[in-house]
Amino acid sequence: MKKSRKIKSVFLNFIVWTAAAFICLLLAGMILCILARGFPNISLDFLTNKPSLLHHTVGILPNLLNTLYIILMTLVIVLPLGVGAAVYLSEYAKNKKAVRIIELAAETLSGIPSIIYGLVGMLIFVQFCSLQTSLLAGALTLVIMTLPTIIRTTQESLKTVPESYREGAFGLGAGKWHAIRTVVLPSAIDGIVTGCILAVGRIVGESAALMYTAGMANEILTPKEALSAGGAGSTLTVSMYFYTKERVDIDTAFAIAAILLILTLLLNIAAKIAAKLLKKGKGK
Amino acid sequence: MQNNAVSAIHILEKPKKANPAAEISEKLMHIIFGVCGFIAVAFVLVITVFLVISGAPAINEIGITNFLFGTEWAPTNSDPKFGILPFVLSSVCATTGAVIIGVPIGILCAAFLAKFSGKRISAAVSGAVSLMAGIPSVVYGLLGMIYVVPAVREIFGLPDGANLFSAIIVLAIMILPSVISVSETALRAVPREYEEASLALGATHAETVFKVSIPAAKSGITASVVLGVGRAVGEAMAVIMVAGNVANMPGIFKSVRLLTTAVVSEMSYSSGLHREALFSIALVLLIFILAINLVLNLIVKRDKK
Repeated sequence: MKKSRKIKSVFLNFIVWTAAAFICLLLAGMILCILARGFPNISLDFLTNKPSLLHHTVGILPNLLNTLYIILMTLVIVLPLGVGAAVYLSEYAKNKKAVRIIELAAETLSGIPSIIYGLVGMLIFVQFCSLQTSLLAGALTLVIMTLPTIIRTTQESLKTVPESYREGAFGLGAGKWHAIRTVVLPSAIDGIVTGCILAVGRIVGESAALMYTAGMANEILTPKEALSAGGAGSTLTVSMYFYTKERVDIDTAFAIAAILLILTLLLNIAAKIAAKLLKKGKGK
Repeated sequence: MQNNAVSAIHILEKPKKANPAAEISEKLMHIIFGVCGFIAVAFVLVITVFLVISGAPAINEIGITNFLFGTEWAPTNSDPKFGILPFVLSSVCATTGAVIIGVPIGILCAAFLAKFSGKRISAAVSGAVSLMAGIPSVVYGLLGMIYVVPAVREIFGLPDGANLFSAIIVLAIMILPSVISVSETALRAVPREYEEASLALGATHAETVFKVSIPAAKSGITASVVLGVGRAVGEAMAVIMVAGNVANMPGIFKSVRLLTTAVVSEMSYSSGLHREALFSIALVLLIFILAINLVLNLIVKRDKK
């Protein structure tokens, strides 16, 4: 082999390894910076208080609760819709064109940036449906945003349910809905769970879509208030933006960033474990 | 004989009619699933209609050329100006810059994951990439604001580091995960025979990857780039923290405002025509994104053929 070719090959190897090392170092650096600056500010008080200028407390309890409320509300609405759509696409729809149009719509939805969801959510839910700035309006906006994720993961796992399961159910005299409910959907549970985890990840990380729909308030809401029109509140991510940009309270922002990072990490691990466990269950 | 046949048919039909409630629920569920199926289409239509209704009047009032090609944005002046050319060009520049920096790194990393590393290392790096994809954009913004902006200021000796360059760096990092994961999938899908043929002809492994695998995965890699472009164009919260947010025409060390950040920063206090103009900006952004999606679809479709 010519020497120049050898050098070139070594060089190519080198840049490929460098790129991978760069990514890993970058991520490690980011994690270290966030944790190093965030952890010292996390305390029990911080997690269980609400921010108050009067009492000089800084706390993120309202934001934690709001995040939880929004996750629950969004999932309760988006799961039936998304799973239903996936079932329609892979079990009912016979018209190829209809399937193509729905898939195209889902792809389009997943490409729309969150700031546009924020504006449209404000127009539709906050103003048109007169829910005012509220957690409910925020959750409904996120329903549109997370729908494609649920559809895609459910659909992928419905595709892997063997045709013989369905034939077996039909052979025993089950109707289509009966077969779906008792045989097909339980076998596709892995996709549904994965979809939920991905959707939760997206909800936790979302800010632009929530700023103008769910608002920026930092009050503790009861579940009833959270469900009613006008029950506004900021999630962790939105409040982090607020602390960074408006209050310039960088320490608090880093503390929230650390919590968000840990949540992201946990969700990532959960997604991997869920995929593994459920795949094993399927193999039986 | 005939009687027998009739009764046989009777027996066959009987179980179907036996449970009218089940039959009704079957039909009902078919309809419900159908509605769920088309709800995604309805959402897309509703989003488009609402944005057009709220955004079109302002474009009409300002005049489409004044709006798209006006170089001055001064909505609160006594003689207000609504030119969004600075935003459009800043968005284009920021995206181009992010792609120029981010895509080569992303493709190299994808090549590493798909072709160079063993299973274990590959799994670890993949994990890192998917964690990066999950980190919220405000966190990227915060890190950019605290570390990238001062660094840019120091290195280039500027009075302020919050400029287009910082935005490009942050966006380049943010598009990496999508570029890497889609390119990796494309590289893994390259038929083994192609590479074996190249190796058999005496090419080294690295030569094979760069001259055979990457060209063979061309359309998948292009799709990953287009996806990255979509991400960069639509990113708002991270950019608003590092780009300085002044409505300048783009310059590499100038404070800029993008289409997305223009909407975010002014929505809270705008009113009247100003507010409508912000919806028009969102409409322009949506058109950009739909065009990018269209390109993505064409690439994927061509690939399938």
